[in-house]
Amino acid sequence: MSQTFVEKVLAKKAGLAETKPGQIVEVIPDVALSHDNTAPIYGIFQKMGGEKVFNPDMHAITLDHAAPAPSTQHAENHRIIRQFVKEQGINNFFEVGRGICHQILVEEGLALPGEVVLGSDSHTPHAGVMGAFGAGIGRSEMASIWALGNLWLRVPESLKIVVNGQLNPGVTAKDLALYVIGDLGNDGGLSMSVEWHGEAIQALSLSSRAVLPNMMAEMGAKNSYVAPDQVVFDYLKGRAKRPYEPLYPDPDASYAGVIEYDASKLEPMVAAPHRVDNVRPLSEYAGTHVDQAFLGTCTNGRLEDLAAAAGVLTGRKVAPGTRLIVIPASSQVYLEALKAGYIQIFIEAGAVVESPGCGPCMGNHMGVPAVGEVSISSANRNFRGRMGTRESEIYLASPAVVAASAVGRNQAPEGPVGHITFSHCQPSRPAIAQVGRLVSAIWQQQTANQRQATQDSSPTLRQARKVHEGDKP
Amino acid sequence: MKTIKGRVWKYGDDVNTDVIFPGKYTYTVSDPKEMPQYALEDLDARFAKEVKPGDIIVAGKNWGNGSSREQAVTCLKEAGVGAIVARSFARIYGRNCINSALPALTCSEAVDAIQDGEVIEIDMQAGQIQCAAGTFHFPPLPANVLAIVEAGGLIEYTRQQLAAKKQNEA
Repeated sequence: MSQTFVEKVLAKKAGLAETKPGQIVEVIPDVALSHDNTAPIYGIFQKMGGEKVFNPDMHAITLDHAAPAPSTQHAENHRIIRQFVKEQGINNFFEVGRGICHQILVEEGLALPGEVVLGSDSHTPHAGVMGAFGAGIGRSEMASIWALGNLWLRVPESLKIVVNGQLNPGVTAKDLALYVIGDLGNDGGLSMSVEWHGEAIQALSLSSRAVLPNMMAEMGAKNSYVAPDQVVFDYLKGRAKRPYEPLYPDPDASYAGVIEYDASKLEPMVAAPHRVDNVRPLSEYAGTHVDQAFLGTCTNGRLEDLAAAAGVLTGRKVAPGTRLIVIPASSQVYLEALKAGYIQIFIEAGAVVESPGCGPCMGNHMGVPAVGEVSISSANRNFRGRMGTRESEIYLASPAVVAASAVGRNQAPEGPVGHITFSHCQPSRPAIAQVGRLVSAIWQQQTANQRQATQDSSPTLRQARKVHEGDKP
Repeated sequence: MKTIKGRVWKYGDDVNTDVIFPGKYTYTVSDPKEMPQYALEDLDARFAKEVKPGDIIVAGKNWGNGSSREQAVTCLKEAGVGAIVARSFARIYGRNCINSALPALTCSEAVDAIQDGEVIEIDMQAGQIQCAAGTFHFPPLPANVLAIVEAGGLIEYTRQQLAAKKQNEA
């Protein structure tokens, strides 16, 4: 029988010839990922009567959510985790400063094609960038895996997203991810396995591809998958911790929905407060003041993201009245950015560069907004209160847009900079608007004939989607 | 399993975990007994004050979307909520419910029919919901999932499994 990726990978792990959506299977994951929440999971594990973990080599543990510790309480949490790791003989432990868990699994060759990664973190679908099954689970479930080794999983329905064509300059995987989430809604892939297909996906770098499965958590997906190709295999040479066997969906597999998009019709997008599916064209946000711009996170804190921002910031300053916080996703990214000169560009521009980790993404530390402030962030989530206070607004956008939002009018020159053209810069304050105009400049030239006023952008939002009768799940 | 009977608290679509149990408490409130007082704080201030054991939450689609925090289930379980009936559940939230022995039932027809404040009765064995508008059916939980709920949650279930395993090895 023809099968989707998830039907194949769960069949393989459950020791079955095939599986169907709705079927309950028991699997032992290849990787059990936990982070700062390892200490509370340890508490649950002990309550269960657990003494030694099922398999120490299955574990990957990072300190990244509040690291280095911002308070004694957090430090105590880390102390318990270090003690646990030592007692249990867990080798894949990554100290404060090494980086964000999802990025580390990729860099360390722990998330591998055809494998199963279960993590006590909602963005675990990120592992799909390597052709793995990655899914987030709860703390008790993680403790149960530590104790028994296995967990029950329901085989999900699969959603196939095909992206044809090519992204325009200045339009990134982040814009694509936001667009699709805006189009399908925050439950558009609820409990599903979302597969990414098409020439536009294959043309993306590994770092860009990672944005897609990472952000599918915001569409409710169980996991998300990009077919591993030579780019993945080359990256894994000398890096993969185990031999692996890539798995691919059958061409005639059965999907709950197939949705096609034309990448060439996309423009830069933002997710406006307070929902990730509140997605609008960037150009609509003329005049919006930004108090803080945050570049980093598992979504967009990699070298190419920092490069895009550095391209914008070269020879420019962060505007008075705006702060720019830069947090590389990992120590490896940090080092490469240092060698490439990006860190110097950031510091000279007046940005704050902080140690690798999640930073202010979920409001723990390292630059949380004040009441009434507006942030623009390269992260994946903009829920009310996400960065600490409910009384603030968060916009989500691509790294270049985040960087450009921090640059003041006076520093914005004429002419192309990276992918962004600074030519129609008018707002009086540092503003997303400015960027909206800047980034849109190229796009507008290319699509001038198709594009009208964007007061009501729903036609714009829909236009990249090729409509199939009854294709929406 | 016994039947669940209680007053309905009806809510809409897309209620996220930040609303069910605000993120600011996740690292400061760790005792489950203290969690109910913050439940649905930003959605319905009456809930925490008036909820009674056995009460049932009836909601729209995608209940519990957002973070994977179990406190968003624990705060309702500790408040005595008997079950949640929704059009759909966010994936991790639905799992967390089962693992906390809080039945999470999917039944759109019942959600349409049930009114806020009415008393309804759920028969887990028969897979049916009795309300003023009539009787509605939901697909029964798979056997291994029901075993977790019946054990009183995943912690108790794993404890029993682990104890049995140790006994076999001894």
